[in-house]
Amino acid sequence: MHELAVAQALVEQVDAVIDQHQAHGATLIRVRIGPLAGVVPELLASAFPLAAAGRRMQHAGLEFAHAPIRVRCQTCGAETEAAMNRLLCGACGDWHTRIISGDELLLESVELETVPSLTPES
Amino acid sequence: MCDTCGCNLTPGNRHLAFKPVAGGATAVSVLKGLLAKNDDQAAHNRQHFDRRGILALNLMSSPGSGKTALLEATLVALKDEFTCAVIEGDLETENDAERIRALGVTAHQIVTGTACHLDAHLVHDALHHMNLDGVDLLFIENVGNLVCPASFDLGQHLNVTLLSVTEGDDKPAKYPVMFRAADALLLTKTDLLPVLDDFDPARAEAHLRELANPAPVMRLSARKGMGMDAWLAWLREQLAAQRARVAVGQSRRPAIQRDGQQYHQAGA
Ligand SMILES: Nc1nc2c(ncn2[C@@H]2O[C@H](COP(=O)(O)OP(=O)(O)OP(=O)(O)O)[C@@H](O)[C@H]2O)c(=O)[nH]1
Ligand SMILES: [Mg+2]
Ligand SMILES: [Zn+2]
Ligand SMILES: [Zn+2]
Ligand SMILES: [Zn+2]
Repeated sequence: MHELAVAQALVEQVDAVIDQHQAHGATLIRVRIGPLAGVVPELLASAFPLAAAGRRMQHAGLEFAHAPIRVRCQTCGAETEAAMNRLLCGACGDWHTRIISGDELLLESVELETVPSLTPES
Repeated sequence: MCDTCGCNLTPGNRHLAFKPVAGGATAVSVLKGLLAKNDDQAAHNRQHFDRRGILALNLMSSPGSGKTALLEATLVALKDEFTCAVIEGDLETENDAERIRALGVTAHQIVTGTACHLDAHLVHDALHHMNLDGVDLLFIENVGNLVCPASFDLGQHLNVTLLSVTEGDDKPAKYPVMFRAADALLLTKTDLLPVLDDFDPARAEAHLRELANPAPVMRLSARKGMGMDAWLAWLREQLAAQRARVAVGQSRRPAIQRDGQQYHQAGA
């Protein structure tokens, strides 16, 4: 499955964030994956340790933010919740809608270890 | 693309940024598409196409729905009209590229090994192995798979999704991510409709509309040459539209716009 490829992309991005902030590692990674993104959170969670092995985020927790599917109707303007394979307007039933959430595939935030462990270094 | 200017921040996610956490740790907001690297490469690929005025199409379907057969029939039909080139993606074998080359058309085979989809980097490598001078239409035949290819932008302008009539008319409801991405839906192998009593093209189209997808639905049989005219007319129309875009310095992405894109528009 392509979740391994997504996990590898995630690892690269987190790595860049760690560098950018001159941190030591990451402890928590939050991603937001909508049901329409085509990525299964459970599969990504099981692919992540493979992709992260030996990297500075290998012990980080992976947290998924909930992303409900919502559509905006282009006919009546209503914003309603929708099911994955019925993206119809909940108010008037029209199919001329646009997704306003539910297709996200985002790295939302990373918690970084910024202070080295308390053992003295020199 | 937008790490620093803050236009990824919206009222809905602003509270996530710069959240303080316990000593020794900092939470940083990123809000970047997980496939940003692929998307950047795809944007670069699109520049390759646009610079040359090429229209690039990504063909997706389950294995064996008739992608290569459709290409063969299409290339023969357009032989005297346009210069075409093909990128083939398969887990194994050069078979599909050889079928295309047998027609005298440039074809590059990408063998993905274990990867169940093409990505923008694989396509870019292929582009640099091909001579694209004078090419009007570039067809990219993705790996046969109704799931994974939909998540990876390759730099194409249009997605064409095939559904053969032997697969059942409920597939758009079962694979919404794939069918939502279609800029055109082709119902293929329609010569077999008379022997199938349960495939209803109208029902397949209704399922597509329930995905809020306005894409045209065309019925055809590449083997028997049925329904090819509407498809060829659509291709001509889309190539003309691409040339018009290129003339004014614009481009086009496939039907689906990911989130990051929307944030940008909202912030612009
Ligand atoms: N009856 C009929 N058979 C077709 C038609 N188009 C393709 N086929 C048959 O369907 C089978 C698969 O066709 P391909 O064109 O190789 O399918 P594909 O989608 O390229 O397959 P992969 O690349 O392996 O995913 C072959 O046996 C074709 O002869 C058609 O219009 N009618
Ligand atoms: Mg094929
Ligand atoms: Zn896959
Ligand atoms: Zn409505
Ligand atoms: Zn290049």
